[in-house]
Amino acid sequence: MTAIPYSSDHADPHRLGRGGGHGHAGTRAEGGSAPKRIVVAYGFWIFLLSDIVMFSAFFATYAVLVGATAGGPGGAQLFDLRSTGIETACLLASSFTCGLASIAVSVRNRLWFYVAMAVTCLLGLSFLGLELKEFTSLVMRGDGPSRSAFLSAFFTLVGCHGLHVSAGILWLLTMMAQVFAKGFRADIERRILCFALFWHALDIIWVALFTVVYLLGAGR
Amino acid sequence: MSPRETSPENRSLAPDSAPGDELAEGHGVGQAVLVYVVGLALAVILTATSFYIAGTDLVWAPSIPVALVVLAIAQMGVHLVFFLHITTGPDNTNNVMALAFGVLIVVLVIGGSLWIMANLNHNMLPMDQIMRMQR
Repeated sequence: MTAIPYSSDHADPHRLGRGGGHGHAGTRAEGGSAPKRIVVAYGFWIFLLSDIVMFSAFFATYAVLVGATAGGPGGAQLFDLRSTGIETACLLASSFTCGLASIAVSVRNRLWFYVAMAVTCLLGLSFLGLELKEFTSLVMRGDGPSRSAFLSAFFTLVGCHGLHVSAGILWLLTMMAQVFAKGFRADIERRILCFALFWHALDIIWVALFTVVYLLGAGR
Repeated sequence: MSPRETSPENRSLAPDSAPGDELAEGHGVGQAVLVYVVGLALAVILTATSFYIAGTDLVWAPSIPVALVVLAIAQMGVHLVFFLHITTGPDNTNNVMALAFGVLIVVLVIGGSLWIMANLNHNMLPMDQIMRMQR
């Protein structure tokens, strides 16, 4: 048997072959497949990335149509940056409390889990409330999605994010109920991990959204 | 040949991390919370800067959009690192590769759409001339 003159850490520093490399490179020599927790979270990560790709299509549509106001109002006349600022603060704080809830799960602390999830839920609801208020005031003024291509794209993009947040809140309440009924079981824990990923990803999309739509739009 | 190399079963395997797995496993609650606090602080600073820059006259106006985009990308990075716990470590290779592919598609979709549509707009006659030709 020929010795490999360097350690396997150098041959395969990221262990893509899972430590194989001594005659059976590329095989999962030890350990077999990854634990279920990692498989589930990785699969959900792929889903989130595909969701982000879907959002990128809406962003591209918005960016193309942002000037097509059909003689109607543009972003500078419509957007209220103060309300956007409060929405952003709500979502950012909710991301933080969602992280605290994940920590509470990892140390098996039910009380802190409920508290952190409830705060996350309230912050998410205030975000949704502000967004609904903005949408209704726009529609009442006659600047609804049928007013111009710009407003159609605006309502599609921001509304799609709002729908995601609504789904996230439903999921959040489900997870609280499941922890209440079943405790921190392994499968419940995996669902909470996926929920946390989802919620943080929504915040990332909101960062792109408030920058591209509101901040860039208000300065136009 | 060292004994470590001859006996593969002794080699400790670094298992993969799931995205969202806490960085400091076995490091206590305090450190785990600290990661989120640092992330929140950075995100708040970046957001506040974005909102401030959007409404200010202090900087040269054409530079504002560029600054906003840079701040947004920086903040997304902060979220990925401190909230989603995506790292450059060997246990995270799969997550980073998937992310890189996602970013590639996003750049292609957004950049490609803007490029093509700007090109079409550039090559199209102004709308009033088209109307006149159709008459």
